[in-house]
Amino acid sequence: MIKGGSFLIEDIEASLITTPEDFSDEQKMIFRTTVDFVEKEVLPRMDEIESQDEATIRSLMKAAADVGLLGADVEEEYGGTDLDKVSSMIIAECMGRGGSFCITHGGQTGIGTLPIVYFGNKKQKEKYLPDIVSGDKISSYALTEPEAGTDAMSIRTRAVLSKDGQYYLLNGSKQFITNAGFADVFVLFAKVDGDKFTAFIVDRDTEGFSMGAEEKKMGLKGSSTRALTLEDAKVPAENLLFEVGKGHLVAFNILNMGRLKIAANALGAAKYALEQAANYANNRKQFKQPIVNFGLIKEKLANMAKKIFVTESMLYRISGLIEEEVFSKLDKSKEVLGYEIAERLSDYVIECSILKIYATETLSYVVDEGVQIHGGYGYIAEYPIERVYRDARIFRIFEGTNEINRIVIPTTIVRKAQKGELPLGEKLDRIDEVWAGIAPPLTRAEEIVKMAKALFLYVYKQATARYGQNIGREQEVLGRLADMAIEVYGMESALLRTQKAFNSGKKAEAELMRKITEAYAFEAVRAVEAKAADVLAMVGEEKEKEVGRVRALCTHVPVDVVALNREIAAEVAEAGGYPIKVA
Amino acid sequence: MKIVVLPKQTFDTEAKITLDAAGKINREGVNLIMNPYDEFAVEEALRLKEKHGGEVTVVSFGGPKVPDILRQALAMGADKAVHVGDEGLEEIDEHTTATILAKLLRDLEYDLILAGWRAIDDGSAQVAGRVAEILGLPMVNMVIKLDIAEGKAVASREIEGGYEVVEVPLPAVITAQKGLNEPRYPTMKGIMQAKKKPMQKLTIADLGLGGEEVAPKVRARRYYLPSPRSQGKIITGEPAEAAAELVRLLREEAKVV
Repeated sequence: MIKGGSFLIEDIEASLITTPEDFSDEQKMIFRTTVDFVEKEVLPRMDEIESQDEATIRSLMKAAADVGLLGADVEEEYGGTDLDKVSSMIIAECMGRGGSFCITHGGQTGIGTLPIVYFGNKKQKEKYLPDIVSGDKISSYALTEPEAGTDAMSIRTRAVLSKDGQYYLLNGSKQFITNAGFADVFVLFAKVDGDKFTAFIVDRDTEGFSMGAEEKKMGLKGSSTRALTLEDAKVPAENLLFEVGKGHLVAFNILNMGRLKIAANALGAAKYALEQAANYANNRKQFKQPIVNFGLIKEKLANMAKKIFVTESMLYRISGLIEEEVFSKLDKSKEVLGYEIAERLSDYVIECSILKIYATETLSYVVDEGVQIHGGYGYIAEYPIERVYRDARIFRIFEGTNEINRIVIPTTIVRKAQKGELPLGEKLDRIDEVWAGIAPPLTRAEEIVKMAKALFLYVYKQATARYGQNIGREQEVLGRLADMAIEVYGMESALLRTQKAFNSGKKAEAELMRKITEAYAFEAVRAVEAKAADVLAMVGEEKEKEVGRVRALCTHVPVDVVALNREIAAEVAEAGGYPIKVA
Repeated sequence: MKIVVLPKQTFDTEAKITLDAAGKINREGVNLIMNPYDEFAVEEALRLKEKHGGEVTVVSFGGPKVPDILRQALAMGADKAVHVGDEGLEEIDEHTTATILAKLLRDLEYDLILAGWRAIDDGSAQVAGRVAEILGLPMVNMVIKLDIAEGKAVASREIEGGYEVVEVPLPAVITAQKGLNEPRYPTMKGIMQAKKKPMQKLTIADLGLGGEEVAPKVRARRYYLPSPRSQGKIITGEPAEAAAELVRLLREEAKVV
């Protein structure tokens, strides 16, 4: 079994990870069908979607339902297809190409449905899931409040059971609720008797339930975002989801799945943006030649493709892992799977947060350079890149800001180490042995990954030694530790995928992957070095010696990254987008 | 009603065509799809099955990736598939393909055979017609509307300046033109069910064919890519002078007037 966070202290065989090259024939067809659906049904209607034309959006949701794109995570007895999580993430990735519609779709199939799938009882599932899967009802997830964003547990919405025990009376307000404008069903969080964090299923026509005007947003203009108001809203007692006081299990585990799905959406959007940029660069002529011939444009295209590759490698590695370790192991005869899912899934919090951060920052980078490649035209709404740029901005904020996710990574590592779930202690005691195995100058990506892991452990050891239990207060240190862990997981996922492709004889793709991994790792090592040096300059006992040691360990042979980037860019230009075909 | 559809695997419409060292069309790394006209044929077969009941079999002749398009047809709703491999055949032509498909069809039960009117790759539009000829069946080409009733097919086809409505007895071969229908997407459920549906793999030898019977009658002697479009010329100056210059160039350089 591969434990959550274990990548920091162990190396694994390439054969043990899931990669897009392992997609089954069915998964490839799911990929192609979903892309096809978005290209033919969603993108041609982008103007109507952007103006929030409800009839268009509802009919598209119906159309998506007809293809089966709303039921991937729902059991067959409620109309779904109960696909594996890799397939589910494939759908989320491909929907990511569809701008705002992917958020409507994700609000429905992810956070708006999964709480009922995982934590609902049979009656609740029977009542709600078939209509959600068929697209007849739109669902939504309502956690955030005006005063409770990242600090979700501080919500003020209250629920009190009526004297006759028939209803809960809910009072409070919710903010920034996706799909609110057209949703029929809301999974909504409130505190029973003021202190017991609890989930409810609230119907739109509930007495005492109302919503505010549509928010005017920077991007994702086609997705509905509104505030909700609950004034003695009468929610039937049977609509209490899971258990009183157990809402945090619902909220946080759904957020973990939500983070993966948002990352998948971001990956799809980034690929779409890269296509726009590559095609523009191929066609736009300046100085009598296509701008794709110019070095600085090539470098951008290469960097975009590299980050997308790393994101993709991580996404499917994690998806395969949680399918294997969480979902395929569930005892499906149980009515409520929530406890088991919560317990198993919470082991992979670190990976979920890493992916959420990396994928959404990749998207930000890609759309930004995408606009840059378009020059002035990128600022004009006629070109899709302008919308994609605006749409991307929220990804670093929702499903937990990237800041809180950065805090989650090292604090979870500390907690898992204390609980003995992650045998970090043994490894830290032998840190000098680990160092001894590394002999700079580094020459290959494998060595860089190995070194970065060791460096993370070393810096982690120094930081925890310095701050002990109070490390939670040192957010700047936590952020840098998170960044190091992210790069370790990213580089390693890219490397293992490349190795696996080579081992399975996919020569042509593997050669491109090798270039990408190599170029990426030799750039990433500098970032890792800088983060490590920053922390050691804060906490080190003999700062100069320690930082100097880090510098020495990160020394690598000269690598012509520019040449690699040019070769990668040539493939991007040739493909008119991301050059690795997965389906 | 038993319907057989004959889809072909072709290059993606956006594929870049290149020639390999031997001057043949390079198939390396090219995205392969079901010929779009054949998608209309599959869709029509499924609609007829939904209306009249019955069974849809998809049959294709070709290389090792052909099962991909057969699986797609199964995911759309077809019931079973047969792939006849092209192992051992260096060169083929429409005669080869039609001979093989017709031989196989003799062993299948059918009321109707559907295919796209042409494939987007070689565009010869011959195979369905040849199959009809070999099997002695009536055929209607480029159909945009099809009704089946009482053992007959009533098909509308586009002709110059209007439409022609044709009636033929079944069994018959009908080829699909754009406009016949809008093909459905395979559903997630369909995709998962497709892997449980029967897909038979046959060789040419299994059909009792080989040698001269399947040898091509037509051989391509050379493939070449269209020469790249040369740069346009912009004529500047006063309209009257520019027009005169244009006429001169058209006459003297382009030699078209």
